[in-house]
Amino acid sequence: MNHLPLIIKREYITKVRNKAFIIMTFMSPLIMIALFSLVAYLSQLNNTKQKSITVLDESGQIESIFTDKETVKYTILKGVTLENAKAIVEEQESYGLLYISGFKNRVGTTDEVKKRNVDVKFYSSETPSLSIISGLETKVEDRLKEMNLQDKGVNQITIKNAEVDININQENFTGEKTSKEGSVVKLIFGGAAGYLLFMFIIIYGNMIMRSVIEEKTSRIIEVIISSVKPIQLMLGKIIGTTLAGITQFGIWLILGSVLMVVASLIFDIDFSQVNTPQQDLMAQAMQNPDANADIQIFINAFFNMPLANLIIAFILFFVSGYLLYSSLYAAIGAAVDNETDTQQFMLPIIMPLILAVYVGGFTVIEDPHGTVATVFSFIPFTSPVVMLMRIPFGVPIWQQVLSLLILIGTFIFTIWMASKIYRVGILMYGKKPTYKELLKWIKY
Amino acid sequence: MNNLLEAQSVSKKFGDFTALNNVSISVEKGSIFGLLGPNGAGKTTLIRIINQITMPDKGQVLLDGEPLQRHHIQNIGYLPEERGLYKTMKVGEQALYLAQLKGLDKAEAKKRLHEWFERLEIGDWWNKKIQELSKGMAQKIQFVVTVLHQPKLLIFDEPFSGFDPINADIIKNEILRLREDGATVIFSTHRMESVEELCDHIALIHKSNKILDGNLNAIKRQYKSNTFEVGITTDNASELQRSLSEKFIVSPAEFKTLNNELKLNVKLSEKESANQLLNYLTTKGEVSHFLEVIPSASDIFIQAVKNN
Repeated sequence: MNHLPLIIKREYITKVRNKAFIIMTFMSPLIMIALFSLVAYLSQLNNTKQKSITVLDESGQIESIFTDKETVKYTILKGVTLENAKAIVEEQESYGLLYISGFKNRVGTTDEVKKRNVDVKFYSSETPSLSIISGLETKVEDRLKEMNLQDKGVNQITIKNAEVDININQENFTGEKTSKEGSVVKLIFGGAAGYLLFMFIIIYGNMIMRSVIEEKTSRIIEVIISSVKPIQLMLGKIIGTTLAGITQFGIWLILGSVLMVVASLIFDIDFSQVNTPQQDLMAQAMQNPDANADIQIFINAFFNMPLANLIIAFILFFVSGYLLYSSLYAAIGAAVDNETDTQQFMLPIIMPLILAVYVGGFTVIEDPHGTVATVFSFIPFTSPVVMLMRIPFGVPIWQQVLSLLILIGTFIFTIWMASKIYRVGILMYGKKPTYKELLKWIKY
Repeated sequence: MNNLLEAQSVSKKFGDFTALNNVSISVEKGSIFGLLGPNGAGKTTLIRIINQITMPDKGQVLLDGEPLQRHHIQNIGYLPEERGLYKTMKVGEQALYLAQLKGLDKAEAKKRLHEWFERLEIGDWWNKKIQELSKGMAQKIQFVVTVLHQPKLLIFDEPFSGFDPINADIIKNEILRLREDGATVIFSTHRMESVEELCDHIALIHKSNKILDGNLNAIKRQYKSNTFEVGITTDNASELQRSLSEKFIVSPAEFKTLNNELKLNVKLSEKESANQLLNYLTTKGEVSHFLEVIPSASDIFIQAVKNN
């Protein structure tokens, strides 16, 4: 007798009818959008305010580089002492005072290493922003370098003429063209897939665990398993909760995009102004002379990805990876009596997950086919996340198949192990089991 | 085959702990079988084995002559001691779900549920959530769900806990009615008065072993000590007590009488008969009370456990 569909149906319906679930489903995108809008609005607010910086240049040859910008306005003081300048700036509502000393004697023993140098100080009432300080540093450094070169007889035009802009055209041996933009697109897709899986496991794995604990605390469990096999109940729970999760994710996606459009129309907020590290990367990639062809390149990059492979692999790795972890969550739920007792067992689950996201985040970006990324894309507990991040860069099919086989093998093993723990655990009340006891349960 | 259920030399170990050691029971069709024992004796393990929740290490269980298989769960209704329902689910939906898990189709389950709800006068609970009901109310639902699929074998583990006397009585009568309709009942409890009232047959499990098994009356005959309660009005009470003590083992007794009689428990040896005692007594005074002491289920329980 197969009760699986019945159990799945009950799990799904009770989950989606649950008030907290409904509120979460509809409120989360609203809250997210509200927060996002706020951040966008605030960063715009920050950007539009022009900062004024006062400059006192005793060398007299550097001040010329400080020309007003959209965000910064420079006031150049002349013929005042540092003490006076400080007093002046403190009185005005100036952001700060940049003090540049006169040229120090050329340092160095031989002619070769002698160069001009200055002392630079920044006085302000509050700690200045890091970006402003590093911006000022670069400006002064550039100017000094230029002057030092001039001292050696190299003029500015020569330097300008010597500059070359290289854009490497990438092509693989089969003649497929790739580009930096392509890499960024791949990174975004891979990262999104891996991160999605990570979030999904955390949110819905916990939900499964709670629902197992609920069955234990309400003591209905013995009634249920006198009718169905524990493994059926466990699988039913996992699948039912997953379907509820997919429903929630779907609603979030739709609601999120609709709200995003609405919010940007109403509040006139440009969401591209919110700088995320990915966007910075993209912006960097876009800084090439053929900027007008950008969009075309991105579209090309998108279609140049192994799309069919990507979709199939996404589904397979997502499902097996999620099932692997959710069976562990179910086993934990069965082993304990209440949520506070779960902490001790959560660590071994969370650790590999976080490791996977970090490995994915750092090594895949650096080198998608390097040793670290490759090894981690075969280890079953990290492979779903890492492999999903690697696939857009083109992973040989044999690697994907092998990794998937290892993953499925592990997944069958953990389901078996979890169902053993589950079978014994759901009837155990009272004390929190130790790892040693869990091991014993598996052997029963 | 007159036995609905037979457990044959069932053993179960959990690690180093032996939960059941070579236990056999036979439950006759249409009987109410009391499965008794102190806490932790192994009753629940045996019941779980019958329900295929746990598998025995050794031995087998036959239902209707067939070794237990998965499909047999439809023929068993089990009310566990550790019981409960989904708190946030509505009564009707929940009952339907549990009935469907037992293999009933939805329409049939609905029909039967409405019949039951009407009989127990709980029809208006259908759309309430379990958490809105009292414990006793939830227990009623649980009882209905247990018996709804009309199983051949009903297993009740402490069925009366959580009920007030009125509702306990209703449930008791429902159990008797189900037996009349042909069900066989295994009944596990610590409440000995309900064992007296309901059980035809008992088995006592103590420290993983079965130490007593048989028809309740036969066991009582086996455990009776040939003792009689005697109430007699006599002129010389102390003289009578002294002469009785020479012949029999005598101890003071407590029972209600109208007059100020001499009240004694008199234990006869196996050779002596009740008539001999009665004849002797009639020569000494006016006998107003003469009753064989029948051991209660509780006495038997305590004695059997102590002897082991």
